[in-house]
Amino acid sequence: MKSCNFSYYDPNTVSEVVSLISRHENAKLLAGGQSLVPMLNFRILSPEHIVDLNKVSDLFGIKENGNHLSIGSMTRQSELLNSPLIIQSSPLISKALGYVGHDQTRNRGTIGGSLCHLDPAAELCVVASAYNAELTVTGKKGDRVIAMSDWPVDFLTPALDHDEILTNIRITPWQGSHGFCFIEFARREGDFAIVAVAVLIEITDHVISKASIALGGVSAGPVRLHDVETLLKGQSPGQELFKEAGLLAKKVDAMSDVNYSTNYRKRLSGALTERALHGAMARFKGEEEGHE
Amino acid sequence: MELWLDLKERKRGMNSREISLKLNGCEVTATVEPRIHLADFLRHTLGATGTHLGCEHGVCGACTVNVDGDAVRSCLMFAIQVDGKNVTTIEGIANSDKTLHPIQEAFRKHHGLQCGFCTPGMVITLEAFLKNHPNPTEFEIRKAISGNICRCTGYQPIVAAAMEAATNLKNQGQ
Repeated sequence: MKSCNFSYYDPNTVSEVVSLISRHENAKLLAGGQSLVPMLNFRILSPEHIVDLNKVSDLFGIKENGNHLSIGSMTRQSELLNSPLIIQSSPLISKALGYVGHDQTRNRGTIGGSLCHLDPAAELCVVASAYNAELTVTGKKGDRVIAMSDWPVDFLTPALDHDEILTNIRITPWQGSHGFCFIEFARREGDFAIVAVAVLIEITDHVISKASIALGGVSAGPVRLHDVETLLKGQSPGQELFKEAGLLAKKVDAMSDVNYSTNYRKRLSGALTERALHGAMARFKGEEEGHE
Repeated sequence: MELWLDLKERKRGMNSREISLKLNGCEVTATVEPRIHLADFLRHTLGATGTHLGCEHGVCGACTVNVDGDAVRSCLMFAIQVDGKNVTTIEGIANSDKTLHPIQEAFRKHHGLQCGFCTPGMVITLEAFLKNHPNPTEFEIRKAISGNICRCTGYQPIVAAAMEAATNLKNQGQ
């Protein structure tokens, strides 16, 4: 259970990082290390070079730029969880982070690390999908912006070249009067979700004017339930509607693995979506989430 | 072929570095290979065997240490990354006059340990948690130690110890 030998670099700037990873083919970027280091210890990975990002100060921090948030990719999960700016402008992020691992892992784990590792059950990927986050990656040729919907390419594989680094995550918080909810089902506290769901609904004149629903754990990347969003739009929220939404969510194309079957994941998707919609409504009305 | 691999493997590890850190208040300097994780460094290089290693992949919480005020898993951090940092392990938790820390005292009183393997991680986790949450509910305590696995106690005595430690720490104004 020891990592293989590797050469270690701890650059201070993004340009040094880019130069290192474009020079070395078999290099891995080390962010918080909460997924990478176990993989190294298990020797699932044995890179020749490790480029540690923990000293690249430009990658840390949360900034408010007009109507959006700009989050550095090395911002720790614990900082996001407790940030007054996040809690006030996009509390769904902070809610979801309550489900991410434990204090000890959130103190090291980063948002960029989570998005790049792209675990199928990663809560931060689900939230980024619900918010239509825009990810900035930096390489030799400069920056490019990737929409969260285009980010997952395959299992554990984001749309990131080996000589590129995710530097920034741009989130546009919802401005209108809206409700939000994040729930997941796992066997133990802090475990990977079997299914997770993030819900954002905007309500104008007693009618749902905008909805965003994202599922995690059902597929390689987060899945947006566009058909459920269409169903909700223009309707007035209520028990019947949410039940119908749950039934539609149940039709999601879910994966199966050694532990949980496709059917089990489908049933969870339906039940959790319905529950999360009620939770979001309760939040909208100013009640505490009764369905957590 | 095998010889070539061997040489390549050896060459990879040739960037050992000298690091300095504060371990439980004492300056320590040592040379480390980058691949050595903090827990192994503490136990093998420095002989501070109070930190226990359970799973070595971030699940059990036994290896939890405090780095610059935050409880972290020392099996998921490389020793080379704590250069210039303040590290507190279970050896540094007791008061300087050798009396037990209130958390340790409460663990003893409530039989919060049996084999003691998970205890260093539990104590370090709770110490950091109670600093930030001086008035925890039982639910919050259970959540706080959810990343620490204990195979002996069934957790009840640990939770009881943590509740009492919280009260005592608050009374002491610590």
